[in-house]
Amino acid sequence: MVRLSDLSELEAQHLLDLPCPVNADSPWAAAPPPGKARVAIITSAGLSLRSDDSFRPGAADYRVIPAAIDSGEIVMSHVSTNFDRSGFQQDINVVFPIDRLRELAADGTIGSVADFHYSFMGATEPEKLEAKARELAGLLKEDRVNAVLLTPV
Amino acid sequence: MREHTEKLNPPRALWVPFELGRPVGAPGEPAFQRRVIEAALGLLAAPSGPVLESFPEDAPGGVSDDHSGWVCPVNLAPPPAAAEAAGASAVLVEVDQLRPWYQLGREQRGRTTVGVSGLGIEAAVELLAAYLDDPSIASPRDGLSLAQALKFAAEDVKAWYLEAATARPGPARSAALTDWFWRETAAGALLLRVASACCRSDVAGLKALGEKSLVPRSHASLLA
Repeated sequence: MVRLSDLSELEAQHLLDLPCPVNADSPWAAAPPPGKARVAIITSAGLSLRSDDSFRPGAADYRVIPAAIDSGEIVMSHVSTNFDRSGFQQDINVVFPIDRLRELAADGTIGSVADFHYSFMGATEPEKLEAKARELAGLLKEDRVNAVLLTPV
Repeated sequence: MREHTEKLNPPRALWVPFELGRPVGAPGEPAFQRRVIEAALGLLAAPSGPVLESFPEDAPGGVSDDHSGWVCPVNLAPPPAAAEAAGASAVLVEVDQLRPWYQLGREQRGRTTVGVSGLGIEAAVELLAAYLDDPSIASPRDGLSLAQALKFAAEDVKAWYLEAATARPGPARSAALTDWFWRETAAGALLLRVASACCRSDVAGLKALGEKSLVPRSHASLLA
């Protein structure tokens, strides 16, 4: 997310003109208290493992990022060139805050960190992601995840 | 963008005033990052929704901070006066000059984000230059179109330069880094030439690459 007034007029208008679904309703589910939450990260940053296929334009699928993976195995193949990558290059937690979640779990602020985390490539139209998002919800349940931290770039 | 979040209407959302690409705020700021995540997870306690809250702090090193003093750790030669002269050789000279800083950054961070192309840095530069010499070259990787190979090579070159440029301690505003890459390096000049050549291509994937996915909109005016 960004403050529109921090962008150039051209960039702000481009973002405002992007198609965006309008949802009249908002689904609601009771959540566990943070101390009982098992948290997974889902990002739209186009992250994948070096051994994965990289994201291509229009990709509607996701990549699995095991919690135990060495952060040096994670790369970014997002199609857009219009967001900052230097923060992610310096510190993976700017996009994928796995170290922060581990710290929160260690001191009991959250219950635990999921075994698996996920990345989509956010330049794809949201509607095209629905099938894989529903598939992913099933995988999260299998991992006993009851809270998700979404990190859009 | 808050405007998009209001339309999407998710059950729980924390709006953050950070630049695109930095949803958790700022690199090397674990205490700040933790506050962002705690604020987001704190929304779990909301009794009803939808909830859209605003994070009250700007990120350290964000657009409101002054980092105009940032300079590249290496005094690179001025980029070639004529963009046409910015071929592989000028870029490889820069790569050699920046290599100690790239390696230092890699050691300090224990990781690199370079490598999505599957090519080494020199091979990535040479692929981009080769496309200028012959737009009909084949993709260097099976299962990857030439457009995708060029895209990933370009991303690796940019990542390699920015990791080198941020290896020296001290904050660097992303806008200054972007401006440095596109206006002051031979690598930026090479990518501008590649993007211009792609824009002239009859191949749809290459044309789309040149028009949208190599040069940021903030610097598209530099395209020939």
